[in-house]
Amino acid sequence: MMAEKTADKQIEIKGESDMPPMAMSLGLMSWNKTGSWRNLRPVIDYEKCIKCMICWKFCPDACIHIEDDKPVIDYDYCKGCIICAVECPKDAISVEKEE
Amino acid sequence: MGNHALSYGAQLARTQVIAAYPITPQTEVVGFLSELCADGKLDARFIKVESEHSAMAAAIGASAVGARTFTATSAQGLALMHEMLHWAVGARLPVILGNINRAMGPPWTIWTDQNDSLSQRDTGLIQYYCESNQEVLDTVIQAYKVSEREEVLLPAMIVLDAFVLSHTSEVVDMPDQELVDKYLPPRKATYRVDPKEPHSFGNLTTPDRYFELRYKIERSMRRAEGLIKEAGEEFGRMFGRHYGLIENHHVEDAETIVVASATVAGTARTVIDDLREKGEKYGLVRVRVLRPFPFDEIRQVLSEAKKVIVIDRNISFGHTGIFFQEVKAAMYNQPRRPPIFGYIAGLGGRDVTPATIMEIIDDAKSKDKPTEDIHWIGLKP
Repeated sequence: MMAEKTADKQIEIKGESDMPPMAMSLGLMSWNKTGSWRNLRPVIDYEKCIKCMICWKFCPDACIHIEDDKPVIDYDYCKGCIICAVECPKDAISVEKEE
Repeated sequence: MGNHALSYGAQLARTQVIAAYPITPQTEVVGFLSELCADGKLDARFIKVESEHSAMAAAIGASAVGARTFTATSAQGLALMHEMLHWAVGARLPVILGNINRAMGPPWTIWTDQNDSLSQRDTGLIQYYCESNQEVLDTVIQAYKVSEREEVLLPAMIVLDAFVLSHTSEVVDMPDQELVDKYLPPRKATYRVDPKEPHSFGNLTTPDRYFELRYKIERSMRRAEGLIKEAGEEFGRMFGRHYGLIENHHVEDAETIVVASATVAGTARTVIDDLREKGEKYGLVRVRVLRPFPFDEIRQVLSEAKKVIVIDRNISFGHTGIFFQEVKAAMYNQPRRPPIFGYIAGLGGRDVTPATIMEIIDDAKSKDKPTEDIHWIGLKP
């Protein structure tokens, strides 16, 4: 909830001279979408999915949410580690190359 | 005693968080500050910790939130803090650390020399070496003023000799709290941990940016050089006691200048005063601030001398005394550079008396140039 309240607060920078003197994030994670790091994209086939939520449990970055009783991947933050695809007992998660 | 001067300095500076672990000869600092907190005489949170590493880690956490933070230690304790000293510097947190100079063990020892603080020379802490208990108290207040400035944001170490200062009673003037408050207003932290405005700190930084962050630490160090002088002068105007980076004594027409630090400098001053009365042209430079190194002032004052003597109560094994190597390095590219003699004395708390200083002075007098990189003084045959 805190994140939503202050989501628009972001340190404006033009160059190195404006940067803070220490290493710190310049804004909230709602602004810093780390999903751009992803090389591989997990895709859930809901025909095969049995909603066991093992993928949700194993996602190390908490990027799989449960929505309407289904696991849903948050691609804004998923970094494509593919643990979900490996752990899926029904091979319902395919791996695509991120272009 | 010096330990109480350190504690009263932290009290007058209205330190908000203290995290410390007791070690001889610093123990009274922990005892006294925890008493001040328990008795409500100091409105601060005293955090008991299980080690010096944790003491500095707790101080870092408190400082990151924006609190004025204090800790103190000695020798092995400082060594255990080492990793966290780098962290405080890189995170740009103005923690003030009192270090009672105690020689490193083994062999187990509790007496003074400077190898503990000098082993932390390259971490990026500002280092003040104090000569008297009054200076210890005054420096705590000044150190916060300098370190908390936006242009600086670096932790600082206030160094005093074990027993010679830490456990010696001297008359110390306690500045008026109101005046201290005027000199040192509450800390304002621009970048801080704040749940209302969350940021992550100390993030993984790639080669793309780390380099610039290191440059900024060095630039802040250089800025601190001027700001320490400024803070010392302002302190002088308000409290009547002036402080600088170095302290010169009879240097104007001095042929030989003795460079020393901490209480050894005080002993050297009395010897030089005696020599002056006999008409001999000796002067003294007391190095008060070792980091940032006062290049300009040192070069200016020493280039006029015919001989320079540096007395070290420390040693960089395989090299020389550390103040000696620093002074010599500062002079190397100067157009006028006198011969510089390096003496090591008083390791492990062996007394450095006026006779010791005289022995050093006589030895340098008998030579045109240094015969060795290290001249050991008082070494038993």
